[in-house]
Amino acid sequence: MNGLIEWSSLGQVVVAGVIVGAGIPALFALGLRLVAGTSEQASAEPARGDTGPAPGPKGPVVIARPSPLRLAGALLCFGTVVGAIAAGLVFLAAGGHS
Amino acid sequence: MEPVTETLLLVLVVVTALAFDFTNGFHDTGNAMATSIATRALRPKVAVLLSAVLNMAGAFLSLAVAATIAKGLVDAGAISLEVVFAGLVGGIVWNLLTWLLGLPSSSSHALVGGVIGSVLAAAGTAGVIWSGVLSKVLVPALLAPVIAIGVAGLGTWLVARLTRGVSQAVTDRGFRWGQIGSASLVSLAHGTNDAQKSMGIILLALITAGAVPADSSVPFWVIFSCAFFMALGTYLGGWRIIRTLGKGLVEIDSRQGMAAETSSAAVILLSSHFGFSLSTTHVATGSILGSGVGMPGAKVRWGVAGRMLAAWGLTLPAAGIVGAVCFWVQHVIGGFLGTFLVFLLLVGTSLAIWVASRRAPVDHSNVNEEWDEEKGARLRPSVPTTGEVGDPQVGPVVEERLAPSVAPAISATTTNGSTGTDGERS
Repeated sequence: MNGLIEWSSLGQVVVAGVIVGAGIPALFALGLRLVAGTSEQASAEPARGDTGPAPGPKGPVVIARPSPLRLAGALLCFGTVVGAIAAGLVFLAAGGHS
Repeated sequence: MEPVTETLLLVLVVVTALAFDFTNGFHDTGNAMATSIATRALRPKVAVLLSAVLNMAGAFLSLAVAATIAKGLVDAGAISLEVVFAGLVGGIVWNLLTWLLGLPSSSSHALVGGVIGSVLAAAGTAGVIWSGVLSKVLVPALLAPVIAIGVAGLGTWLVARLTRGVSQAVTDRGFRWGQIGSASLVSLAHGTNDAQKSMGIILLALITAGAVPADSSVPFWVIFSCAFFMALGTYLGGWRIIRTLGKGLVEIDSRQGMAAETSSAAVILLSSHFGFSLSTTHVATGSILGSGVGMPGAKVRWGVAGRMLAAWGLTLPAAGIVGAVCFWVQHVIGGFLGTFLVFLLLVGTSLAIWVASRRAPVDHSNVNEEWDEEKGARLRPSVPTTGEVGDPQVGPVVEERLAPSVAPAISATTTNGSTGTDGERS
């Protein structure tokens, strides 16, 4: 305790908060990107030259099957996210205090 | 005091504590579910039901109850049943008022404010530990939104950067799931933390009245009723507050919603882990603001945020004044009669606020309507209190609900909407 603000606790909250609170959504987004891939070129050009089943203007999104490497990376991302949520649950069940 | 009146007093305190628990539930539904409702990841009724179930489960999840309220904030010797009762009334009244105005404010601050006020009335300034109030309540209240805005802003920016080029349908579907998961965690954390506050109050009252021994653990009926009333409040949903959080501050899409809720869950859980307790409401609101700050192109309605900050600043003194007045009324009239009179006043005030809310109802059917849309007369009276008139919408595509023939008339009202509604209000 140092004066009005407990600087060490505050610092820990900020650092851990940034890592977890911003890292989890980023990992989730990365995982999604790895699975779905980007369609920047395709969307830049309205008339798609896709060889696959051409999606209609409002049709379902067709996702090309990602390569095993991408799939593994995505699984790693989603796994970390799920693990973090599980850790949160365990923390709550353990009493919510350190 | 005679045993009979003491028992009656205890019953009143327990009932009032459960009422506070109830307002706490419906005041804080929005913290967890506002974003999921606004992005339509969940239908409104489903969202509040999920949140209610998780709040109930959360209340049973952990029973590490702190049997003291306002510990380190007021002199423990100044706490009596009357003081606790007056503090609860202050908290409930402030919760209901801010709900009427659609302003999310911290329920625990309202309770702390009410108790501080009634302690001031009962024991004078010596009864309050001001340094504790400053370092445990006021400073965290200032820091919480700043931290949450930073974390959620960074998260949202990273997400926006990483999902650039990924088709919208894919991100929408994926992030809706992420959003539901993170919002569920916030609900669960709320049930665990806040239901325990009410349990602690009731246990304290039971011990003070001698109904249970001083080292008693929480009786099952207390756990169950606290969990039940909080879940009931959550299910009824503070739609006005959900609307402000989900639609008023920022127009959010599912990516922002997921980033905001994850930031809320992370900051709330981590802050309690590191012993730097932050208010759920302040964190959740800051996270939603942050999701607007971090999203390229999104616009934050700082006017609404400013009103909210003002409400946060007023929470302690306002709830404190109500608490102090309640204690004086009890003290002047004296005995059980005084407490009962304050209880009647509380019931009357709550009814009046409820009646006032019916003049411009916000419920699951219109919670997601465009923020400054003046569709029909139903939402119009609520604009001065919850809305801001004028600025164009940013963000997700607006659902077109108006018939083409009506649209010009509506937009004509919107242009000079602020003067029109003000005139009608008076």
